[in-house]
Order: sequence, then C-alpha cells, then structure tokens
Amino acid sequence: MPPERTRAGFDRRTVLKASLLAGGGLALEALIPLPVQVANASEPQHSGPAPLSAFVSIAPDGTVTIVAKNPEIGQGVKTSLPMMVADELDCDWAQVRIVQADVDQARYGEQYAGGSTATTENWMPMRQVGAAARAMLLQAAADGWHVGTGELTTSRGRIRHAASGRSIGYGEVASRAATLTPPDLSTVPLKQPAQFTIIGRPTVGVDSAKIVGGEAVFGVDTRVPGMLHAVYEVAPAHGGRLVKVDIEAAQRAPGVHRVVPIFGNGDPDGGLADGIAIVATHWWLANQARSKLVVEWDLSAAKGHSSSVYREKAEAAIASGVGTDLRVDGDPAARLASSAKRIAARYDYPFIAHAPMEPQNCTARYRDGRLEVWAPSQTPQRGIEALQKALGIAPENVTLHLTRAGGGFGRRLMNDYMVQVAAIARAVPGVPIKLLWSREDDIRRDYFRPGGWHNLEAGIDANGELSAFTDHFITFGDGKTTARAAGLNLAMPPAGLIPHLRYRQSMMPTVVTTGALRAPASNALCFVSQSFLDEVAAAVGTDLPQLMLRLLGARREVAAPDHRPAFDTGRARDVIEKVVQTSGWAHKPAQPARGKGLAFYFSHLGYFAEVVEASVADGAVTVHKVWVAGDVGSQIVNPMGAENQVRGAVIDGLAQALTGQAIEFVDGVVQQGNLDDFPLARMPMTPEIEIAWVKSDKPPTGLGEPALPPVIPALTNAIYAATGRRIRSLPVRLKSA
Amino acid sequence: MPYRLEINDVMREVDVPPEMPLLWVLRDELGLTGTKYGCGKGLCGACTVHVDGAARRSCQLPVGRVGRAKIQTIEHVGHTEIGARLQRAWLEIDVMQCGYCQAGQIMSACALLAQTARPSDDQLNSAMAGNICRCGCYNRIRSAIRIAAGLPQESDRAA
Repeated sequence: MPPERTRAGFDRRTVLKASLLAGGGLALEALIPLPVQVANASEPQHSGPAPLSAFVSIAPDGTVTIVAKNPEIGQGVKTSLPMMVADELDCDWAQVRIVQADVDQARYGEQYAGGSTATTENWMPMRQVGAAARAMLLQAAADGWHVGTGELTTSRGRIRHAASGRSIGYGEVASRAATLTPPDLSTVPLKQPAQFTIIGRPTVGVDSAKIVGGEAVFGVDTRVPGMLHAVYEVAPAHGGRLVKVDIEAAQRAPGVHRVVPIFGNGDPDGGLADGIAIVATHWWLANQARSKLVVEWDLSAAKGHSSSVYREKAEAAIASGVGTDLRVDGDPAARLASSAKRIAARYDYPFIAHAPMEPQNCTARYRDGRLEVWAPSQTPQRGIEALQKALGIAPENVTLHLTRAGGGFGRRLMNDYMVQVAAIARAVPGVPIKLLWSREDDIRRDYFRPGGWHNLEAGIDANGELSAFTDHFITFGDGKTTARAAGLNLAMPPAGLIPHLRYRQSMMPTVVTTGALRAPASNALCFVSQSFLDEVAAAVGTDLPQLMLRLLGARREVAAPDHRPAFDTGRARDVIEKVVQTSGWAHKPAQPARGKGLAFYFSHLGYFAEVVEASVADGAVTVHKVWVAGDVGSQIVNPMGAENQVRGAVIDGLAQALTGQAIEFVDGVVQQGNLDDFPLARMPMTPEIEIAWVKSDKPPTGLGEPALPPVIPALTNAIYAATGRRIRSLPVRLKSA
Repeated sequence: MPYRLEINDVMREVDVPPEMPLLWVLRDELGLTGTKYGCGKGLCGACTVHVDGAARRSCQLPVGRVGRAKIQTIEHVGHTEIGARLQRAWLEIDVMQCGYCQAGQIMSACALLAQTARPSDDQLNSAMAGNICRCGCYNRIRSAIRIAAGLPQESDRAA
C-alpha cells in the first residue's frame, strides 16, 4: 500500500509537449521525469507523430479525448479524474470521450489505485493539464483574431471575443494551438472553485451505460483471438511446495490442451507459488480437469499454522506482557498505578478475505520474447516489476493493458495472478491465455486482512479524566518486521491526545499471506480504539462524543509518528459535532433493546464520524439507520460517485461485523471457500444511510476508504447501548455467548 | 454434444458436454460475456439470466437441461419494456460502483417487476436477496427498481 501523502502537482520537472493530431487538432502530452530505476529500464520515446496516449487531445470537430490514467476498480476515478481536466479546459462534458490508458509511467506518472490517493495526488496535475490546453486554445484564437487573450472568454468548448461578438469552437483552433509552446504547468492560471462547471456536479460514470447493457469489458471478459483458458492449482495449505505430479489423467480430460507443472520461486508473498496450470478450450473444462491431477505436496511448513494455535499464542503473549514498546509517552505505568479507577479489556478480530465480485484473473500472450498482458490490477506498474523479479521478463518487453476491475478493496494491489499467467503463457508460447481463479481459489489464496489481539488498559484520575492508556498488540511477523498490513498505527486515538500512553507489540510468525484490505489497519484499529473509549466514556459517566471532544481539545494540528499525516483536531471536532446533530444523538430510541452508537476515525486523510441505530432481538442485530459526517476537504469532485463510496464503505463495515466473516486455518489450510461460509452483505440488511459533508478549506482528498472504519465501532457501541453487552470480538456473535 | 439454443431471439448451435453450465456456454462459447461468474454455486446471482422469463442462475443450469427454453441475457434485456425502464433508472441515479454484479441485479429486478409490477419493500428485498453487490450499492439498486416501478424513491442525497 502506497503511503498516505499529499502532493501539490506534477513533479516540477514535468513539461508539456504539444503536437498535431493525425487528422488535425491538438494533442497535449505530459513528459514526466521517471524515477531513476525506471528510466534505466526503459528509455521513453517522445519523438515522432502525436501519440494516441496524449493526456488530452482536441479534434477539429471539437471532440475532447481525455485519458483516464488510473485503474478503475469501482472507485470512480475513470470519471472523476477526467472531470478535473475537462473543467479547467472549460469544455462541455458532453464533448468529452474517455479512453483508458495503457500502463506507461513516462507518460502518466504513477498509475495505481490504492490508499485513497487518486483525488489527493491528481487534483492539481489534472487541472493543470486542462488549464494548459485551454490557455493554448485561447492563445491560438487570439493570434488568429489579432487580439489579446485578455479580451477572450471561454465557455463549454467555445472561445468568445465580446468586443467583436465573434466566437469559435475549440476544434477550429486546435490545429493552430498545436504549433504553440505549452505554458509552464506551475504558473498556468487555474479556476476559482465558484467557476467550476463540471467539478462538483453529480456525473454519471463514463462506463455506466455499457455496464447496464452487459458490454463493459472487465478483466475476465478479455477476449483475444485464439485464446485458451487456464486454471492454476496450488497447494491446499499456505506455504506448501510442489513435490511431484502425475498429469496424465488431467491431460486426457475433455478440452484440455496442456497441463504444465510450475515450480515457483518459493516466495508466495508477491512472487510465484508452485502450482499446476491446466490449459483448455473452456474455463469450465479446465476447472473440471483439476480433480484428475495426482499431486504430492510438501505441506510441512504449514504445520501448526492453525487459528486455534494463533489464539493460544496470542493469549500467552498477553499473559506474559512481554513485547516491544513502539510508543511511550510520559509515564503510563506510574499513572495507571496511581489512577483512581482502572478499566481493562481485551479486543480481537479475525482474518478476513477481500472477496471482490470478480475473482482474480489475468490474460497474457508470450510471443517472440515479448509479453502482452491484459490485467485488472490496482498496481500494474508493480506488476511489471514482479514479472521481472519472478520470471526475469524485462519491463521493456512487457505491454500492459489495464482493464476495468470488478472490485479491488486492496486485493488487486498484489499481482500474483499476473505472474502466474505470464508463467503459463511462456510455457505455451504464441497462445493467448486467460487465467481465471475459481471463487474458492480467490478466497483461499487471498492476502488476508490479518487477525489481531489487543490487551487494553485505561487509567482514570480523581477528576474523571482519562489519564493513561496502554495497548499490548499481538500481531504477525518474523520477529523484526510485521507481516504485510499487520502493523499498528501509532497515531491510533487517543495517542497524541493524552500525555501518558504506551503502545506495545508482540508478533508471531505466519505462513499465511496477508495484505491490505480497504482502510488497512484502520478497519480493525478503529474498532479497538473507539469501542474501548466508549467503555472509558461509560466509566466516567459521559458518552463517546463528549469524551472525544474533551480529548481533542482546542483546534490544532497534532503531529504523527512514522511520517504519517498530521491530525487536525478541529476537523475531527467538526465531523463529530455534525453527526451528533444530524443523527439527533441526544434523542435515545424509546423502543427496548434499541440504541445508538457513535464512532470517529481519521484515515487516508479523511475525517469521518458515524452513528448507527440498531436493535437486537433473539440474538439478531437489525441496523435501522446510519448517519455519516465526513470531511474530505473543500470540494466533492463527483457527488454521485462520492456518495456511493461512502454508502459502500458503510455496508462493507456492517458486513464485516454482522455477517459472520472470519477466515480460519487448520495447518495452513483455509477452512472457508465460498460465499456461503464467507458471507457478504445482502440487500435485506441494508439500512438507510444519511450523509452530510463537512466542507473544510483543505484540498480535496480520497473517499475509497476513510468512511469504512467508524461504522464498525458505531455499530458495536449501538449494540451496547441497546443491550448493555460489550462486543469485544469480531465478528459480532450474540447467540454463542 | 450438439445443442440448438434459443438465446436472445436467435437460434445458436453449440457443441459442448451436456454438464457444462449455461454460464460457460454463454461466456466461452458464444462470447456473451455480460453474464458474469461470481461463485459457481448459485450464491451470488452475478450469472442471472432469464429462462422462459424466470430469473435463473446460469452457473447452476447444465446446458443439456435447457431444451427449448428461451434464454435472455443482459445483452438483450433492453429490448423488453421493463428491461429498458430498469436500465434507464440505473443510469438516472448511477447505481453502480465496480459494476460487475449489475447485469445479474438487472436481470433479477426485471423478473421481479414482470411478476409484481409494484413490489412492496419486503417483496423487493426478498426478490433481490440472492444478488450480492460487494461494493454495497444496495440503496441505489432499491431506488432504481422503485423508479422503474413508478414507486417513491428511497432518500439518497447528501446534505
């Protein structure tokens, strides 16, 4: 997962290059300086005719073509990033055509979907490109009319000269504009927010019409002439290695073209796992032939990697209290010892899978030493690196087409399926291969959100103030480094808000692959932080919003460790106060066994406070309504998509808490396999969700993730309000205890 | 085995094993990739098609059992009055996020409205309960079905 960060605009060494489109018109490219290692690997070619891959181009008929550079995984960037370009260009959105970029770091810079960074990182560069194109069109018109650009205005793709009453379309001056020198990106004038005509307007997704007609092409829908279909059988247990395989029966199965045993590089975490590829005329036939394989696996590495063993080890670690102190503020031990009241609790949460609707898949053709790939990846550029590392295929020999992805949620940050299909394609040169995982493959071979255990203690002083807070976190890792996405956020509240605090960590090894799941770390830590602080609030006779407001104190920026972004207590206060108001927090539900819970979190630069109203009957939880207040800066780029992201995050969190999601292992073998034993949210459990934006004066930031974390503790706190029962373990299981 | 199938008002001839689910005949044999694979066990509804007008999970229907039934897929549902209304409603409020499940959602919604022109909330929820949307577009799916059915919309606007 790329780190959370903000960026003001293009790298300042970026220059624009204008050229004439083949049939006339303007093509504007950005020449982006590459990181050194990429530049060495492939020298970009910027000479020759105008490329089709220009960021923005304007044809003589006025059609504006904007490249969507990032992977589209349902987060809406294929629409929202081009909206930024189009608005500054001051064209009519109806004139705009969007094309998906291939992967090309020299032309588009970083292309990935992760960490809710797309809006943050592209807000300035996309607008700068659009504004530069507009400035050039304006200059071209001014030159033609022999007037100054200051006398001209633009609107909806036309340039007007008020003094003479003349006007001209962008397309008509585009060829002349192509002969001009592009302006400096850093000084090109940008619109004031009040002048936006496209940004901020609810806009239907650019692929939506194709989606409702079944015409949108997802990774799994890739079709290349002569293509065959593949499955990849891997060891039943994580960490398993291939010893030997008898492929004869599978080779004779109907439709089977080739069976290829592949010995990987022994690096399951981003490398190539051992397996047996079956290539057939139809995917179903390839999948049927798996049962005919006679395989001997070495599963010894997975022995003892069972959920029950992990739990016992975690309990032993908590009992011993031994760990590494990652953050110590003040003297928490002494403060706890001297506090008037101490409360302690243990929290835990399970491994869970991503389970995007579109199972992992990838298509590739290996021909004459070159690899062509069609991939629904969140990190295609890392995929190219992985191909080199695992298979020795040089980046300059790879062409990578990005496809729409049927959900990501962090799963497609990893490129294991890309490496697998490349290995298979290389074994069957010249034949395009589409690898598709079954749902069972997808769930069992996930990079799971790792489980974790927390032993918490809070000290309350004689004035009823929270005076000390400690957490002993038990996680997974090799003893030095935590496993992927298994680390603690040292800024987890109340860190930075009280003087005496200690975050301690212990880890145990795992053979299971772990990874980032939507709002990584936060999706679990928010549950821990906000549920336990709700306990503290109850212990001091207040409620969580009051306690949080007291802890947040005056409006200020609190610095965070580990290069994390500073935390703005004022923005936090505002969203809490907003949701207290919109949810009618003061009015408690009159019905029995019904209550409201609140939680707040700051993640991925977004500030979110949420309230859940829920009731409990016969051990079953019903969520009646969810209120959300969020601050992601001054501007919601596409309210249509933005609201969908928030609703989706809320439902995602409710599913994690309420549907029974938990991945369990016995000797490294995942016990769940499909959507019956790893359930997802369904329509009947979906509550009404009311969203309020709190617009601060900060630059806009991303929405894929930050709305998720608070809904889980808001729900568990609501269950407490309804029943008096604390939920300290996910998923929520009311009947069993 | 050779089969003659009536798909989207056109007779198609295929030669595949009788056990092959209709889903894979549509996708890998006929190139109708709008119908999606999600679970292979009839749990998610992504592969929903109409078989003689009824919503069926094509991953659970062996091609050998289709017989003379008329199959309709997402690629053709816009030719029906209800299908077209649903597609318009879907676009009016831009229901989708990733969009992968939406073909199945629309096919199920279409079968629902063909049976029950103005479904109650319970009827709507239960008819759609078999279709999973991992992105969680359920509020808007409900709203879109209500719009297509001429029912009042669920409130879906941010303040």
